[in-house]
Amino acid sequence: MTDKILYDLRGVSKEFVKGKEKITIFDNLNMSIKEGEFLAIMGPSGSGKTTLLNLLGGVDKPTSGEIWFNDSRVDNLSESQLAKWRAGNIGFIFQFYNLMPMLNAERNVELPLLLTNLSSKQRKQSVATAMELVGLSDRAKHMTSEMSGGQQQRVAIARAIVSDPKLILCDEPTGDLDRKTADEILSMLQLLNRDFGKTILMVTHDPSAATYAKRTLHLDKGEFVEKELTT
Amino acid sequence: MTSIFSQIFTVIMMNIRSLPRRLWMSFAATLAISVVVAVLLSFLSMSNGFKKTLEGAGSDKTAIITRSGSKSELNSVLSKDVINIITTAPGIVKNADGNPIYSAELYVIVDGIKRTTNTKANLPLRGIAAVGIDLRSNFEIVEGRMFEPGRNEIIVGTAILREFSGFDLGTTVKFGKSEWTVVGIFSTGGSAFESELWADARTLQSQFRRGNSFQTIRVLLEEPGNIEGMLEAVKQDPRLILDVQTEIDYFKEQGEALSGMVNLGWILSIVMSLGALAGALNTMYTSVADREREIATLRAIGFSNISAFFGTLAESLILSLIGGVIGTLAAYIFMDGLTTSTLGGNFTQVAFSFHMSADLFKSGLILALAIGLIGGFFPALRAARLPVVLAFRGGA
Repeated sequence: MTDKILYDLRGVSKEFVKGKEKITIFDNLNMSIKEGEFLAIMGPSGSGKTTLLNLLGGVDKPTSGEIWFNDSRVDNLSESQLAKWRAGNIGFIFQFYNLMPMLNAERNVELPLLLTNLSSKQRKQSVATAMELVGLSDRAKHMTSEMSGGQQQRVAIARAIVSDPKLILCDEPTGDLDRKTADEILSMLQLLNRDFGKTILMVTHDPSAATYAKRTLHLDKGEFVEKELTT
Repeated sequence: MTSIFSQIFTVIMMNIRSLPRRLWMSFAATLAISVVVAVLLSFLSMSNGFKKTLEGAGSDKTAIITRSGSKSELNSVLSKDVINIITTAPGIVKNADGNPIYSAELYVIVDGIKRTTNTKANLPLRGIAAVGIDLRSNFEIVEGRMFEPGRNEIIVGTAILREFSGFDLGTTVKFGKSEWTVVGIFSTGGSAFESELWADARTLQSQFRRGNSFQTIRVLLEEPGNIEGMLEAVKQDPRLILDVQTEIDYFKEQGEALSGMVNLGWILSIVMSLGALAGALNTMYTSVADREREIATLRAIGFSNISAFFGTLAESLILSLIGGVIGTLAAYIFMDGLTTSTLGGNFTQVAFSFHMSADLFKSGLILALAIGLIGGFFPALRAARLPVVLAFRGGA
């Protein structure tokens, strides 16, 4: 981990209007994430975890405030600029894997690379490397529907890292897995952080999942209520 | 740019591969489009075949002269005096004796029995001379022989033989009080003349008490398509109240008899298209709903909303194209070459074949693609506007 700030949220507010009611999720939220961090965000349902993840992932915009990534402001980018920014900087890991069922494992992993100018040969090499890293080289041609939940999440991890993004955002990555498989997935995330220097932000309900992170933030009613450092 | 195309291509391929999930709905939409196309092409191929049959009968080397305003041979009457005057007009080919080459013809209606319905229908019996037969291209006696002048003999067009009963070679048929013997079967290369019975003009005049009058004359033109000399003669001489047209133009006009049918075909198809369009819209909205999470996930990964738009639109166009191809093939298999007969401009039956052409195929496919385009456009917009946050919503 370096001291360089990768992510900086400055006075971020997020409000939703539901009928005549205005719901405030965050009000003047400040936080920063350093390059190389493995940060877990915990909190009860409705605390704003997913909204925060959406803001950090550039799939939603704050009502006010600024979001800076790698010294560039990103909250004011257009939809298409945000799509390009996400493609170049963020890898997503979802609770339910979000794989394309009509594609085999390696085609799923290749998807982010279709947004680059890499040749077909280069893409194949990158996919093979990612598949090897998650231990699924021998299942590259398999359809994801033929795989277990743990294997599908590993394919999703390979997809998230294949384009070498700076940040990996994980939305309850072990929420759909049994304990043993969850531990395997979390160990893999830990490895990506430790050995490959990936910055990881993980939203989770699971306290044992959070122990894999270097730092945990607890969110409640849109505010960080306590900070806990782990190893 | 390459990236955009590869994104669009990837999304299209993924959509196609996910079609089995929406198999029956997609099948229903495709079927609806194919029915619309098949119905339209049935009407158009009918009109096309009818026009082709009539226009095939015309030649630009021949002019047809009828009484002004008669619109068809049946309504026209020409006296021998008028014929003698008009045939001296410039532009008509002369024979070795210096006489104009023309055929004065009689056109009467007789009854025939349709083979398909066993009902009576009007058939044209044409009185014609040898020179008139020379004016018809592709004429040949395919069975039997030519009628002999002065005798109650007729030759029968192949379309009449096919569509109507009682005209077999050697049979005697009764028209009014006179009896006629079928002595030959003739062909004119599929043109409307094959839907006629021919007899000697003078014999017909006598048997049908037409005196010395005729209904039309056909003249051989010195220069194909050039009827200026005759038109000028008609203009200058008040005794000549005549219409002069090339045979091609005459039959083109007669071919308009089915234009109402074409319009009906289009109206019916457009009404049916609205149903097919509703089906296509429904199918594509379902497709977008079915792929909601996939679309949002791709957007989260960095795929553009343009790829979501074109991917959905392409799915719609592909389904409609398949429907269009099925519809045109069905129309081709079941309609092309189908023979029937209908009332022509002379209130007589014209036998013709439904005819599919490249233009009709094109019309069918364009209609199908138009349904696909409109049916896919709005769902494609919805796909492009799907919020990316949907990728994070729960449910496996």
